[in-house]
Amino acid sequence: MSPLQDSVERRTIAVLVDNEPGVLARVIGLFSGRGYNIESLTVTEVEREMGLSRITVVTTGTPQVLEQIKAQLDRLVPVHRVADLSLQGPYVERELALVKVSGIDDKRVEALRIAGIFDAEVVDAGLDFFIFEAAHRPDKLDRFIELMKPLGMVEMSRTGVVAIARGKDSL
Amino acid sequence: MSATASQAAPEASSPQAASAAAAKPAIDSQADAYSGAEMVIKALVDQGVEVVFGYPGGAVLPIYDALFQQNSLRHILVRHEQAAVHAAEGYARSTGKPGVVLVTSGPGATNAVTGLTDALMDSIPIVCLTGQVPTHLIGNDAFQEADTTGITRPCTKHNYLVRSVGDLPRTLHEAFYVAVHGRPGPVVVDLPKDVLQTKGSYLEKDQVVHRSYRPQTEPDPSAISKAVDLLAAAKRPIIYAGGGVINAGPEACRLLTELVHLTGAPVTNTLMGLGAVPGSDPQFLGMLGMHGTYEANLAMHDCDVMLNVGARFDDRVTGRLADFSPNSIKIHVDIDPSSINKNVMVELPVVADAEAALRALIAEWKRRTPPSPKAQEAWWKQIEAWRGRDCLSYRQTGEIIKPQYAIQRLYQLTAEQEAKAGRKTYITTEVGQHQMWAAQFFKFEQPNRWMTSGGLGTMGYGLPAAMGVQIAHPDALVIDVAGEASILMNIQEMSTLAQYGLPVKVFIVNNQWMGMVRQWQELLHGARYSESYSASLPDFVALAEAFGAVGIRAETAGDLDDKILEMMEVPRPVIFDCCVAQEENCFPMIPSGAAHNEMLLGPDDKAAKPISEEGMVLV
Ligand SMILES: Cc1ncc(C[n+]2csc(CCOP(=O)(O)OP(=O)(O)O)c2C)c(N)n1
Ligand SMILES: [Mg+2]
Repeated sequence: MSPLQDSVERRTIAVLVDNEPGVLARVIGLFSGRGYNIESLTVTEVEREMGLSRITVVTTGTPQVLEQIKAQLDRLVPVHRVADLSLQGPYVERELALVKVSGIDDKRVEALRIAGIFDAEVVDAGLDFFIFEAAHRPDKLDRFIELMKPLGMVEMSRTGVVAIARGKDSL
Repeated sequence: MSATASQAAPEASSPQAASAAAAKPAIDSQADAYSGAEMVIKALVDQGVEVVFGYPGGAVLPIYDALFQQNSLRHILVRHEQAAVHAAEGYARSTGKPGVVLVTSGPGATNAVTGLTDALMDSIPIVCLTGQVPTHLIGNDAFQEADTTGITRPCTKHNYLVRSVGDLPRTLHEAFYVAVHGRPGPVVVDLPKDVLQTKGSYLEKDQVVHRSYRPQTEPDPSAISKAVDLLAAAKRPIIYAGGGVINAGPEACRLLTELVHLTGAPVTNTLMGLGAVPGSDPQFLGMLGMHGTYEANLAMHDCDVMLNVGARFDDRVTGRLADFSPNSIKIHVDIDPSSINKNVMVELPVVADAEAALRALIAEWKRRTPPSPKAQEAWWKQIEAWRGRDCLSYRQTGEIIKPQYAIQRLYQLTAEQEAKAGRKTYITTEVGQHQMWAAQFFKFEQPNRWMTSGGLGTMGYGLPAAMGVQIAHPDALVIDVAGEASILMNIQEMSTLAQYGLPVKVFIVNNQWMGMVRQWQELLHGARYSESYSASLPDFVALAEAFGAVGIRAETAGDLDDKILEMMEVPRPVIFDCCVAQEENCFPMIPSGAAHNEMLLGPDDKAAKPISEEGMVLV
């Protein structure tokens, strides 16, 4: 008997699927129906001619649950491939955020200064607001957003995580 | 049956185009040669379908019209769409071929949902065609519109909404491919009415290759060799086989039996796996699980190597997980990788079709020098001691028929007839105590003779399933072992039996209680029998007659055999009202939340082993 490990882990899983109606509902339904967590989920078409979409899902669970999640995803009929990026080796994770900060005077200056530190680009601005665009690892983005809150952040929109394995090999 | 797979597609076309089609016969694959509805018929025929279980309605009228104008496919008109799916399940499980269902949109589709869920849980290949409102009305809350693909997504293996006639032939062929390959299951194809009425070109079955779905069927040779190492070294092995072996086919069942004989190991079957090895085989310990035999469950608990073939460590089988077979090394052969390590962690997973895996195991075993037969001597001595408890014994005293006696006599009389006259017996069941007693007392010598709702436990399954079995095996003796409560859930199908002259026998073990519910209330809820009495039952004999069937009632043990023989002789549908002792409980029983070695063997056991709090919350 392999010991039952109860430690909860975070995994980033890439899923290549047929871009057909209902495929996203199938994936989401799988997670909700079986009580799995979704921390982040992104999807878009990646190969037009082949009609393939790539789903990146960040989930948490015990190793046994995570193995189940992958096996359950893999047996969905329109799924071509499931890759556990966290388990396979080094990988790059990115997320994009649009952050709207409103304010005047010192706070405005400080927001711009911190945005500079985080390589965030100003995509719109007025005399009393900025909209920043920042693309980073999700934890770094969290940090940026934390800092923007006291400086007058009024709205924020994030894409969720996309990820890819490092090195020359493809999925 | 009249249908043949090779027959050409119907030449006549939908009514609007009938004259044109008559003038210019359709040629296969010619552009725009067929309406969507005609393609449906053609695809079914090309897939070798002989019979469709269905019920018409507005959205599928074009298909019914096309059905009317051909004679390759037989349509069986059920009386409720749930029954259409169960009938298709009975057909599928008794033949090994996919079952086909045709229902209308909205209520037709929603009525089919229970059947689809049942087929998903028990891995039965079904293709269910549902009508849908025309594409331009989808989303408008049109009359009899339902989001069928949305509703059935979690209760099918896969489903499709066909948005244009160009996608139709490919989708239909794919649906069959998906339903039968890998772990089988139900597939829904939702067909908007305008798609059925549009003309398009047909694609042949072999022109369609699935893009992504390629289940692994061949086992990893190194896993097979490790499995044989483990089995050969085992002192206390057990083989635990489930419905996956039945699904893999009769050859897989033959191979399983061969492996059992080669290894000398005891074998047990799940509820779904009964018949995978002959019930009379001396190495067969009977069914395992909640109402399994003492010897099967204790052998599972105490074994040192367990080979699971095509079973899924269901909670009805494992009991309390923490104490499930605590000291064994487990090998799990399954075609569905998600079944592995889902409930029980195993040391050696083998992802493969059961037939391929069993063939490889046998070949590998034969390459080695066989272990000494003495190795298992102590194990078999122990097993014989457990067997000596005779856990299924009951006492038939006096004239009141014990339900166990009724089922045992039914088994013996049908088995004798099969041995003497060669008339095959097929058993379906409803859900409850009668189902468990049937599983305990019938010995199935062959696969595909036993159909029961295992995973979902659907009352109302048995009668329509029996209908499907009888359609596939017109000369066989097909019996639905029923409870008086369950049978009322799809009793309307008596009318279908009458219409098609299907001589199905409904054998009601009438204890006037929802016996299984009453049993749980007695054991777990202080004998507070809340709503479990079967009040206001119909007179089943009169009911049979009202449906044009034959009614027989047995009230005394002395009469039972003659009445059963009478039932078996009648060449018509029969409802047999077998009035039995009302408060009999089904033993052995592993209460939910208990371990295999905490089994209740009989009524006197229950005080000694109170049921835990944790057990109470389980189903
Ligand atoms: C559709 C459905 N509803 C409810 C149940 C719960 N249930 C399981 S067994 C049972 C009682 C069955 O009574 P009966 O058919 O008389 O069989 P018996 O147990 O008496 O043999 C019930 C209500 C079920 N399995 N299926
Ligand atoms: Mg009853």
